[in-house]
Amino acid sequence: MTRHADHAAAGQTPPASASAGQASPPAGRLGADAVTLGYDRRIISTDLTVAIPDKSFTVIVGPNACGKSTLLRALSRLLRPSAGQVLLDGKAISSYKAKEAARIVGLLPQSSIAPDGITVVDLVARGRYPHQGLIRQWSATDEAAVAAAMAATGITDLRERHVDELSGGQRQRVWAAMALAQETPILLLDEPTTFLDIAHQIDLLDLFADLHEAGNTLIAVLHDLNHAARYATHLIAMKDGRVVAQGPPAEIVTAELVHRVFGLDCMVIDDPATGTPMIVPRARRRGTGEPAAG
Amino acid sequence: MAAPGRTGGRPLAPGRPRTGRRALLVPGVLAAAVALLALVALGLGDYPMHPGEVIAALGGNQGFASTVVLEWRLPRVLAAVVFGAALAVSGALFQTLTRNPLGSPDIIGFSTGAHTGAIVSITLLGSQLVAEAAGALIGGLGTALVVYLLAWRGGVQGFRLIIVGIAMTALLNSVNTYLLLRAQTEVAMAASIWGAGSISLVGWQETAFTLLPLAVLGLATAAIVRPLRQLELGDDAARAHGVAAEPARLAILVIGVGLIATVTAIAGPIAFVALAAPQIARRLVRGAGIPLGAAALTGALLLLGADQVAQHLVPGAVPVGVVTVVLGGIYLVALLVHEARKHL
Repeated sequence: MTRHADHAAAGQTPPASASAGQASPPAGRLGADAVTLGYDRRIISTDLTVAIPDKSFTVIVGPNACGKSTLLRALSRLLRPSAGQVLLDGKAISSYKAKEAARIVGLLPQSSIAPDGITVVDLVARGRYPHQGLIRQWSATDEAAVAAAMAATGITDLRERHVDELSGGQRQRVWAAMALAQETPILLLDEPTTFLDIAHQIDLLDLFADLHEAGNTLIAVLHDLNHAARYATHLIAMKDGRVVAQGPPAEIVTAELVHRVFGLDCMVIDDPATGTPMIVPRARRRGTGEPAAG
Repeated sequence: MAAPGRTGGRPLAPGRPRTGRRALLVPGVLAAAVALLALVALGLGDYPMHPGEVIAALGGNQGFASTVVLEWRLPRVLAAVVFGAALAVSGALFQTLTRNPLGSPDIIGFSTGAHTGAIVSITLLGSQLVAEAAGALIGGLGTALVVYLLAWRGGVQGFRLIIVGIAMTALLNSVNTYLLLRAQTEVAMAASIWGAGSISLVGWQETAFTLLPLAVLGLATAAIVRPLRQLELGDDAARAHGVAAEPARLAILVIGVGLIATVTAIAGPIAFVALAAPQIARRLVRGAGIPLGAAALTGALLLLGADQVAQHLVPGAVPVGVVTVVLGGIYLVALLVHEARKHL
């Protein structure tokens, strides 16, 4: 866990903008303008407006089925709003050519499939697709991007390995590298840590924090509220398809908010490692370590 | 094909995808094997020739030998090579799209539908090549379209395509049996021969008729390879990379069906080449996914080999479709046993 300690020492949070107050977030390159989102006839969100601050590490949290993944799918062009628009640099994202948009907004999907027998480097190289065409195929630029993506995710040594023989944590790094190789200034992450153990979760989140520091805009859906509060510079809390609160975690994460969004009684204390808000659920019963009184 | 690798050059290029040695070696060996077998096949028959004589005859000006090689044998050998390759690529496209080694056009009902079309056309119009071809095309394409539409649910998933295809195949098989039982003897005979799949009657005219569409479809395949490789990663990743997933999938299905339709129109349903060749090629190359080029060469080798068995090894000569069914049946059992062992 040395990475973890280093990260804490670096003191990334609270962000400088914390004192700016909960004003409306600065308009960013990517956002949703009055969108209605849903699948078939089931509507998840109506009239949802969200702006993603530039250069932020935005994390969307909320209970199951609150519409956070749906919003992420809309922002990443996987879901077309039935009303309203997702805007990229002031233009409807649907008006971009698919490859053009894919050079600006990248996505680490919740589940991807590694073709049988593919090697790490070949898989990462597939992230270069939006930069290539029938005429301009593989170039030195692609090569450099793939090398940089593998270096950033610490998988350079695995380059010749088959993806199917890697551990879950390694594999998720490979998928992250594929998304990085796409070299988009904006990267969306759909529950990137879900199937990983705690050490690999922190490992991966540290990696994303590094990417954010390097100047990328990141937008992630995370389940773990404490991870969200620790890593996000901008937090969006959703419930029932609506944004309940947004802003820097230090400003908006309160026991009242957690109760409102998740229906959970908790205390919010300072994270001893980072000073960010930390949620401690209130115990309805004592721990099992000591005998219950009475 | 994912990203063309280059061997040699700087030894330490961490970002460079590497085409494995087998990815280059296997197609080379396969191509040589196809050429060699074609040379032998051109010499086989009632007027046997050494490969040397065949090569001389291929140049023309060898009188009767040239007539035998160029006019009688070459169209059939060429047809076996080209049709085998086309069937294999068709199967490779379907299997990649459905992520299933059973996802070939045989399984999803195309061939059976083509047979239905041919039977109807032979019943109504008699046994003529053009009518048979047209009937088979209409029947096969119609079946493919129906299967596609029935499998559609906000997009088409591979597994649903296979399930609907199997149901449609079963349905059409009983329709075919019914039609054959009702038909007059000579019609049933002609339809059954067509249904076995044969290239014994293929001459220059028929070969020429298929070469243009197959060449166009081959170019279309080359253009669709890169989106296809993206679709292998799942729809979400493909779309995040800027692939229009559903149009790309439809284009791939159209190309796959077009390839098998062209072959079937002339030769009848030749079973199992589309099913087996891509999987054999994948095991030979051991790269990522199904290699289209190696699959095409494997298909050519399989069909050319099967046609030699059908012509020269089996007494009385049988349609090549019969041989591929037997070979394919053995292959399929082996595949199922292997897969079952892997999962138990």
